Amino acid sequence: MKIKELSATKERFTSGHRLCAGCGAGIVVRQVLMATDKPVVVCCPTGCLEVSSTIYPSTAWDTPYIHNAFENAAATLSGVESAYRFLRKKGRIDREIRFVAFGGDGGTYDIGLQALSGALERGHGMVYVCYDNGAYMNTGIQRSSATPRGAWTTTSPVGKVIPGKTQDRKDLTACVAAHDIPYVAQASPSHWRDLVTKARKAFEVDGPAFLNILSPCPRGWRYPGSQSIAVARLAVETCFWPLFEVEDGRWKLNYKPKEKKPLVEWLKPQGRFKHLFAPENEHIIEEQQAKVDKDWERLLRLCGEA
Amino acid sequence: MAKLTEKIVAITGNAAVAQAMRQINPDVVAAYPITPQTDIAETFAEFVADGLVDTEYVTVESEHSAMSACVGASAAGARVMTATSSQGLALMWEILYIAAGMRLPITMTNVNRCLSAPINIHCDHSDSMGARDSGWIQIYSENAQEAYDNVIQAIRIAEHKSVLLPVMVNMDGFIVSHSIERVELLDDEVVKRFVGEYKPVYPLLDVENPVTHGPFDGLGGFYFEHKKAQIEAIERSRKVVLDVADEFKRISGREYGCFEPYRLDDAEVALVVLNSAAGTSKCVVDAMREEGYPVGILKLRVFRPFLARELSEALKHLKAVAILERATSPGSFGPLYAEIRSALYDLEARPKMVNLIYGLGGREFRPEHAKEAFGVCLKVAQTKRVEKPLGYLGLKEVEVIS
Repeated sequence: MKIKELSATKERFTSGHRLCAGCGAGIVVRQVLMATDKPVVVCCPTGCLEVSSTIYPSTAWDTPYIHNAFENAAATLSGVESAYRFLRKKGRIDREIRFVAFGGDGGTYDIGLQALSGALERGHGMVYVCYDNGAYMNTGIQRSSATPRGAWTTTSPVGKVIPGKTQDRKDLTACVAAHDIPYVAQASPSHWRDLVTKARKAFEVDGPAFLNILSPCPRGWRYPGSQSIAVARLAVETCFWPLFEVEDGRWKLNYKPKEKKPLVEWLKPQGRFKHLFAPENEHIIEEQQAKVDKDWERLLRLCGEA
Repeated sequence: MAKLTEKIVAITGNAAVAQAMRQINPDVVAAYPITPQTDIAETFAEFVADGLVDTEYVTVESEHSAMSACVGASAAGARVMTATSSQGLALMWEILYIAAGMRLPITMTNVNRCLSAPINIHCDHSDSMGARDSGWIQIYSENAQEAYDNVIQAIRIAEHKSVLLPVMVNMDGFIVSHSIERVELLDDEVVKRFVGEYKPVYPLLDVENPVTHGPFDGLGGFYFEHKKAQIEAIERSRKVVLDVADEFKRISGREYGCFEPYRLDDAEVALVVLNSAAGTSKCVVDAMREEGYPVGILKLRVFRPFLARELSEALKHLKAVAILERATSPGSFGPLYAEIRSALYDLEARPKMVNLIYGLGGREFRPEHAKEAFGVCLKVAQTKRVEKPLGYLGLKEVEVIS
């Protein structure tokens, strides 16, 4: 896979959209769509990507696109894919089409989880991509079940008695893997070759596939927009966001940092964790590090690396 | 299950709707079981399992996802049907508006059932009345025959190029959905020809001509204009409902309008009713006519669009009208009463009107209740005074802690 060739693929998510400078979602969408040359139908739940890419009467999508509501991208795409199967069966559509949903963590981990689980169980041929920026960024940075512990958000503010979010994030990738679908993976736009390879696999399996992709958010994470890829890379290097895949039930680690960096290196550049560096909150960093270590050890065991 | 070759069958309302769906043979059905609709979801699953339909049947994990999948499939370019009831319809609420706003011609049967709490699985019209502002065309059915006929006509109304809106066909839970009645089924071929082949506009799956469905239409956009266009579409459906009924009469011999007057022309007092209460009321009209009472009824078939002018024309000669309502809007009058009363406001001389709530949570509506309602009307006509604009029929006289 050569970056020169990838850069020559036809853009189906075109310029002119209104995502923020440095937004991870746009990068994620481009890298995922580079992974197939088949026609693609895109479905977005309500969220940053949706409001920024389809401001009527403009659209950034040079490919069929549908938005329905916030919690139902997986159900909506189930309907689209069922219509496709019907029309293929009847010979009214004679070419292969791929189906992909791009949902944020709010629309996937939280309000859309039921619809996602239902679609996975029914086995629709679709790729569901979660661009995980760890909060409800579109409505102004509210905590979701993907928000890391300790993070400041507008609904987990840093107050006099409560220092940010008090709960750990949900391990959605493992929840999805428990559905025993053909392909599940976690990826980061900092590791584009790994991401595009995973998207290729996802588009080619028979049945549902799920990609959980870290999507840095300069506004919500409080860092300069030019640093998105660097921040994403640190999430991988610190093992906060490990790169792995679950293919037909087999867990595989795709990247093992030569030297596992301490979590503070990822926390430090982000303003949402600034308060954790006050002496009275340092224990939260230690607890977070312990959690990352524990999760990493478990992942190594699952992948047969321990 | 009734034999498919028989023309006249004894089947339940649910089975009649399932038969209509089999004959329509929709491209995609996404449905979820809910009492008393469950028979439809089950019977249709049997048709799929036996290969009697070509449908892709999406057995979703909730009613919300049922309507969401219907939206996706309809936008994709498929002919789409579903069925629901009560809490299920309530869970779909959000997506009902989206289906109508995206102008998707989905046909759904709603088996009327009350809403919780207290939980109760029986008939009233709280579910569909609550969905009246969602932009769906609403058609009501007195019996299994009408439910069957209405579902077949709904396809043509929804998909008409000047309409392109979803249609909800209502029938009473248990009273009609579970009662075995005589139903005349049309031939499969006749229904197939009547509904014709579906030709979608701007299908999502036309990958050569990519279209964005459901864009963001914010402050600087055209939300208001799109809503106006939607309003104009449902206005145009008035004519389409009648045209489709005309065509349906040619294949079935059965006549449908937007409402059905029964011994109304020479009546002095009348009831306005929806669904199965019309049958009971017609019997009472006949009996009271024998005794010389000038009574009649108006059975409303199409509630959305609302036919204000036609209804005021049909009711204007009466002295008193009771709007029978199987739903409430706590703190106000029933929705049907409010709208019909408003429709008659501009008449020079108009009938006195009362609102009578009946049958909530499946409480039986018996001939004596219709008789009681006529009694109220006759008294109002005689005294020319409405003492109690809001009354109740069939309420038990017990003390309830309020």
